[in-house]
Amino acid sequence: MSCEVKISKEFEAKVDEVITHYPVSKRSASLPLLHLWQEQFGYVSNQAVEWIAAKLDLQPINVYELVTFYPMFRQHPAGKIQFKVCRTLSCALAGGYELFDHLKTNCKIEGDGHHGPAVSADGKYSIEFVECLASCGTGPVLMVNEDFYENVSNDKANELVKKYG
Amino acid sequence: MAIAEKRLILKNIDVAGYTNDIECYIKNGGYEVLRKAIAMKPQEIVAEVKASGLRGRGGAGFPTKNTKPVYLICNADESEPGTFKDRQIIHKDPHQLIEGMIISCFANNVKLAYLYIRGEFPEGARILERACDEARQKNLLGKNILGTGYDLEIYIHRGAGAYICGEETGLIESLEGKRAYPRIKPPYFPAVLGLYMSPTIVNNVETLCNVIHVLQMGGANFSKLGKPNNTGTRVLCVSGDVVKPGYYEFEVGALTLGQLIYDVCGGIRDGKKIKAIIPGGSSAKVLKAGEIYKIKQKQADGSMADVEMRLEDIPMDFDTMAAIGSMAGSGGVIVMDETRSMPECLANLSEFYAHESCGQCTPCREGSLWMKKLTSRIRDGKASANDVGVLKNVADNIAGRTICAFGEACSWPVQSFVTKFKDEFETVAGNGAKK
Repeated sequence: MSCEVKISKEFEAKVDEVITHYPVSKRSASLPLLHLWQEQFGYVSNQAVEWIAAKLDLQPINVYELVTFYPMFRQHPAGKIQFKVCRTLSCALAGGYELFDHLKTNCKIEGDGHHGPAVSADGKYSIEFVECLASCGTGPVLMVNEDFYENVSNDKANELVKKYG
Repeated sequence: MAIAEKRLILKNIDVAGYTNDIECYIKNGGYEVLRKAIAMKPQEIVAEVKASGLRGRGGAGFPTKNTKPVYLICNADESEPGTFKDRQIIHKDPHQLIEGMIISCFANNVKLAYLYIRGEFPEGARILERACDEARQKNLLGKNILGTGYDLEIYIHRGAGAYICGEETGLIESLEGKRAYPRIKPPYFPAVLGLYMSPTIVNNVETLCNVIHVLQMGGANFSKLGKPNNTGTRVLCVSGDVVKPGYYEFEVGALTLGQLIYDVCGGIRDGKKIKAIIPGGSSAKVLKAGEIYKIKQKQADGSMADVEMRLEDIPMDFDTMAAIGSMAGSGGVIVMDETRSMPECLANLSEFYAHESCGQCTPCREGSLWMKKLTSRIRDGKASANDVGVLKNVADNIAGRTICAFGEACSWPVQSFVTKFKDEFETVAGNGAKK
């Protein structure tokens, strides 16, 4: 998993621009840089931790402890198509667990998927239960990659699998 | 007859043809209040807000002491289960929030502000970035705003999925690029030692939007909305087993819990009955159908008397909700009908809190995990009736022993569910063992 990625000029320019948002302390740019890295390269590798630390004049541990604290950062690739299903009470009352199981079976995903993506064998899909997505009145809700969907019935879930697949 | 909504914050939300760009906002009177405010003296704005009686909707309100704030932070990390108002404002009326922030910054001579938005709102973050760009192009933000010589920058900062960032000092740590471990108060009140150890204003989305409406109406007029000490409007978010879940805005205390559920939300689905209600976000203590509350109420002649009230008759305001042992909290109302299993609902919430505890204080880190284990064991019928008492005991030993209010937030649901539905918990606990 330790294949180094090449960092483009465009990526570095984006990073440098974001750092200017924090004139008092560069360290504040840690989360934004982790987001940028994960969006670009899919997950936060050791290389990411070291590169970001060097960029912000920090020790790698200062960045690594964020990766292990904040649920959205992952240290392994997720599927190409990522489902994040809301697990919390209002969605659960509206059928969130049933939706999760339906999608998991439909996309042939093994594994638990509670707080951390479970990935299908071919790497195409991943699914994970996440906590409240703050749309409790229209449950069950989920995200596909960065897109948000509400009132997701099993039929609608099937359509989403087709649409993104 | 349904009580009429009073929409201030949600004025533009879901209006046909309303779009979230600056042109539409301006066409509907947007940024007029900013133009007015920027011609006022900052002290005059602060005086209007004080006169309005506006209470922070989760935030600390405007500083009243002699600290000069250096930074302003908008807390848009709304993650309390059952609460879903920020998403609407951010996605559908972002300029209302930006205008509220600019006015609040100007009133306090703040030159740098951050808008901390939850990581789960990537689209919301893009919308707000675009809104800031549009405002910069119109010289409403950035250098020399509207030619007054006042400079302000607002940056959008995304969280990364941690509920604890909604706690203001945790949010500040997070914004400094660290783990979101809340700071101990005192001494780390944000108004004194906030971001980068400087005085900082932290307010939530609803409060900052309200500043516009306070100035538009005038503080004295605004204070006539709602009830004394509970002024203004409140956005209530209703979810769970009602016919019409959704977000509704009313004057504070204008309606009762019963009116909200039956008249506004169309009652319980499939003609069922209420079993339990969480009235103010998942941390609020649960209310049980059929309960009668005794509360002290001011009579017409000014004397105080005990009044008996049914659950349905409770007015939705901060003080009454506190008087009956729960809280208005975030305004998130979750309704559970008679078919719902209380152990199952509580196990769901306990899993949430176990996942979200930041791990800094031992009672909360260990206790929230044990409460998750015990509640799921009870839910699955693999416990004994005794375990219900053990569960309650764990909860009783968290609250008051932690740095931040998360300790209370995770133990209140457990304490209230287990006390009010004791029989059900004890029966379900041993079910699996008998089979």
